Amino acid sequence: MAGAQLGPAASIGIEKMYDFEFDRPTSIQAAVDSLKTEEALAFSGGQTLMPTMKQRLAMPSKVVSLSAIEEMKGVRVEGSELWIGGATTHATVMRETAESYPAISSLAGRIGDPSVRSRGTIGGSVANNDPSACYPAGTLASKGVIVTDRREIPADEFFQGMFMTALEEGEIVTAVKMQIPDAAHYAKFIQPASRFPLTAVFVARYGDGVRVAVTGASESGVFRWTEAEEALSGNFSAEAVDGLATPDGSGMISDLHGTGDYRAHLVKVMTKRAVAAC
Amino acid sequence: MPKDGGIGASSKRREDIRFLSGTGQYTDDINLHGQAYAYFLRSDVAHGKINGIDTSAAEGMPGVLRVFTAKDFDGVGGIPCGWQITSIDGQPMQEPKHPILAEGKVRHVGDPIAVVVAESLAQARDAAEAIMPDIEDLPAVMDMKAAVQEGAPKVHDDLTSNLCYDWGFVEDNREAVDQAIKDAAHVTTLELVNNRMVANPMEPRVAVGDYAAHSGESTLYTTSQNPHVIRLLMGAFVLGIPEHKLRVVAPDVGGGFGTKIFHYAEEAFCTFAAKQLRRPVKWTSSRSEAFMSDAHGRDHVTKIELALDADNNFTALRTETYANMGAYLSTFAPSVPTWLHGTLMAGNYKTPLIYVNVKAVFTNTVPVDAYRGAGRPEATFQLERVVDKAARELGVDPIALRRQNFITEFPYATPVAVEYDTGDYHATMDKVLEVSDHAGFEARAAESKKNGKLRGYGIAHYIEACGIAPSNLVGQLGARAGLYESATVRVNATGGIVVMTGSHSHGQGHETTFAQVISEMIGIDADQVEIVHGDTARTPMGMGTYGSRSIAVGGSAMVRAAEKIINKAKKIAAHLMEASEGDIELKDGAFTVAGTDKSVAWGDVTLAAYVPHNYPLEDIEPGLEETAFYDPANFTYPSGGYACEVEVDEETGRVEVMGFTAADDFGNVINPMIVEGQVHGGLAQGIGQALWENCAYDEDGQLISASYMDYAMPRSTDLPMFKVDHSCVTPCTHNPLGVKGCGEAGAIGSPPAVINAVIDALHRGGYDVPHINMPASPDRVWAAMQGAKANMGAAQPAARSTDTAEGRSV
Ligand SMILES: Cc1cc2nc3c(=O)[nH]c(=O)nc-3n(C[C@H](O)[C@H](O)[C@H](O)COP(=O)(O)OP(=O)(O)OC[C@H]3O[C@@H](n4cnc5c(N)ncnc54)[C@H](O)[C@@H]3O)c2cc1C
Repeated sequence: MAGAQLGPAASIGIEKMYDFEFDRPTSIQAAVDSLKTEEALAFSGGQTLMPTMKQRLAMPSKVVSLSAIEEMKGVRVEGSELWIGGATTHATVMRETAESYPAISSLAGRIGDPSVRSRGTIGGSVANNDPSACYPAGTLASKGVIVTDRREIPADEFFQGMFMTALEEGEIVTAVKMQIPDAAHYAKFIQPASRFPLTAVFVARYGDGVRVAVTGASESGVFRWTEAEEALSGNFSAEAVDGLATPDGSGMISDLHGTGDYRAHLVKVMTKRAVAAC
Repeated sequence: MPKDGGIGASSKRREDIRFLSGTGQYTDDINLHGQAYAYFLRSDVAHGKINGIDTSAAEGMPGVLRVFTAKDFDGVGGIPCGWQITSIDGQPMQEPKHPILAEGKVRHVGDPIAVVVAESLAQARDAAEAIMPDIEDLPAVMDMKAAVQEGAPKVHDDLTSNLCYDWGFVEDNREAVDQAIKDAAHVTTLELVNNRMVANPMEPRVAVGDYAAHSGESTLYTTSQNPHVIRLLMGAFVLGIPEHKLRVVAPDVGGGFGTKIFHYAEEAFCTFAAKQLRRPVKWTSSRSEAFMSDAHGRDHVTKIELALDADNNFTALRTETYANMGAYLSTFAPSVPTWLHGTLMAGNYKTPLIYVNVKAVFTNTVPVDAYRGAGRPEATFQLERVVDKAARELGVDPIALRRQNFITEFPYATPVAVEYDTGDYHATMDKVLEVSDHAGFEARAAESKKNGKLRGYGIAHYIEACGIAPSNLVGQLGARAGLYESATVRVNATGGIVVMTGSHSHGQGHETTFAQVISEMIGIDADQVEIVHGDTARTPMGMGTYGSRSIAVGGSAMVRAAEKIINKAKKIAAHLMEASEGDIELKDGAFTVAGTDKSVAWGDVTLAAYVPHNYPLEDIEPGLEETAFYDPANFTYPSGGYACEVEVDEETGRVEVMGFTAADDFGNVINPMIVEGQVHGGLAQGIGQALWENCAYDEDGQLISASYMDYAMPRSTDLPMFKVDHSCVTPCTHNPLGVKGCGEAGAIGSPPAVINAVIDALHRGGYDVPHINMPASPDRVWAAMQGAKANMGAAQPAARSTDTAEGRSV
């Protein structure tokens, strides 16, 4: 019985889920091996996976928890590079990047609520690639590289569309690396119910140019607003954004909380605000 | 000096100790020996014909005790409706059957199709997935105005149409109203939506049914605001169990907000199945299930017209409302858009002529019924919005326009059938302006402007009717129940008191406030008084708690019973002190004889009542226990002035509430702290409705806002520190405590104050936006500003196509 290992059944609503096997390996290699079972799923903070399982929308044969793998945890700064272990919680990132990379600290500190932050992880967030998630924007703007058990994938190639990534079957995100910019800011406009971004923009200024990554807006997930990057690389000011045309709203998400046109408009406003706050 | 006990003291809530320490006894905490679990298979389509339900695979699954479908309920009644409305043409409303499990058709997403009862919840759920319903999709009836057109698909094939009723009020005034509107110097017209709400009490609904074979008695434990009403409805109309063989217990209940008034199919199911299976049967709603099975609130589409003469006096008011009933009639659904709404359309104003038309419509949505305020928020929103719009059109101050038309003489008989006993609207208006620092607003607006924000100030003044209600009156209006309240006061031999009340506390704090009243009346410590409620076996027949009726009606019953106790105790005291009864005084828990130093303590008298050795047995019976039923002479009419200040972010359309002030006249107040808490909660829900909360369906009848990912609940950080004042007091003239009730005021008065503030802010920014529908979410406010920029006038969000997709017909 899965419940036996996860603690009192009632407290997490496990009776609502399909039955599954549970494994909690202590090394990356053991996790990779464990995930070879058909229909096995990696389980990090569970903040996305657990509700999905409770609603019986996911039916893993086996759940492989990554939470006991010490080599996947922690935050390190090596020169201008920030290394964040894939199983590091949002709360830890918030605390431990406060000095080295305040914009990422602030991003992590605004995800969900305290309980989400003390469970949810950066690895789970980038692997899931929710079109409204925060980390994909931070990672993409920060010249990120996704480190897995078998390779390193630049963020530009990793995020491939709504809930789609370059990950192969059973591949684990073991760490995320970012280049710490000269200045950066994450401007998040929240969807009033979920408090995920309705549209959010991460702006990072480097010696060799500016990166602008947008989440929450596009039907194809996180993207770089290249027109803004070009304009800002020449003139890093809110006025430079003012001069740009609003991005096309037709490929933007339209839902209960905002039309595509509204989101397109927010892309521009949030970019401007991020630049002004840098 | 604030008192530290009795009436008027801010006594700490005694029940909070158990609520906050996890020792509360909620329905889900009740687990009976041998209990089985029910899982409801619910429709995932809005409208469909059931061609068959194959339960064979499910029946053979591990742990399954039985699978139930509609055919198991032959001879069992439908869920009854407690209020009948008569249409303009004299015909009674159309009243479809509301079966426990869907019969022939499914009619909304969430409509229960089958139930599995199994040894464990997981087994029940596994088996439910093996049930194969064969359902043929039918077109969903969503848009109310389209639903009442000739040839529209019907929610109920056996009804003549989707129109439940077409109600006119007051029909005799109709022509005069039409004429007055024709003759008016100015007419302000507004079309608006009162958005559909999900009540979202913190505790989801739960039912545990039990059957005792040895006594033939059934017991239902349920999350209800009114256990006796459930006992009557379920016993008499659904399951045919006589009331003396049925006990309904509603223990600690974690919030109701109206949605736990009604009798639900799951309650009848668990009671029925427990008897069939000879096993206790438990059902606990998940949060997702709550979204599609708890009755929703509001969902009105209204056109309102206000006529004024050349001096800006209101001369007539006319409204036409489409009220969504959902797929079936929930217990009190028909009364909400009619008697709880039409009778309040006069507001605080002496408008002489009023006509209200309401068309109640069946759609393929969750049933709609009372939600905090029930009908009165809908009335107040229309009225306070149209008055504000009129002021803007006429270029006059909205506060002055209100004051000019205020009712000032009481009692006042409105043209919509009710008589306000008392009130002082100028006083509450003065107070709200003072407390909200209206005078300093322009300076704050200038400050906001410096920060790039548009600041707006919105005012609303409300009246509501609480303390429902005189039974003979509501009987004439179609209620199938009396609306008195009851209390038994039992004094024990050693002087302690148990009050058994028909009111039900599900967060209101009755255990504290009711004890304060008794403590005041007798002069003993409140901790000598125990309040018992929520169990038909322990309390006299009571109608429960809703409509802010508990202190006004339930409290009055308790006072009447306590008065009987005191009268009898005085007789005993007179006997003990060999004095004449007329000279006996009760003060601070002791009986004295006027003009002497003779005295007996409360405890001596209560002991004598039960150990009647020295006792006037020839005149009075031993014992000290009295019951009273109180039927109110009128509604009570709380009123108040509310002011909201917002900042609008011009670039994003985001509205932030910067300040909110409520100046209420609740009559006398028993516990100011609890009253303040009630107002805070009401304000959060009202502001939530105005800015965030929205229960939305798409055209196919799928519930889009089916979880907290899309249904935006207000959070503490979204709200400012409220300023709440209840120093304006005009005591109710017809109940013994002079109280009016405070439970819903916050939710009634706040939505128009918020929207008025948003509109004010936009106008100050140069945006000519006449109205924004609730919730005034950032995208809607932004779209309204874009519309105004493009000179589209009213052709802004209200007319956006997505509004019909949300199931409304503007
Ligand atoms: C109330 C609430 C509010 C939230 N608000 C926000 C917000 O504002 N912004 C935001 O960005 N997010 C938000 N989230 C999502 C939150 O950040 C999640 O923690 C995150 O999306 C997933 O991380 P996790 O560690 O919980 O992953 P899990 O739920 O454990 O897993 C998610 C998916 O990723 C896979 N996976 C997990 N870890 C790895 C790995 N290391 N390698 C490969 N695959 C992996 C899993 O198999 C699963 O498919 C919110 C969540 C909740 C519940």
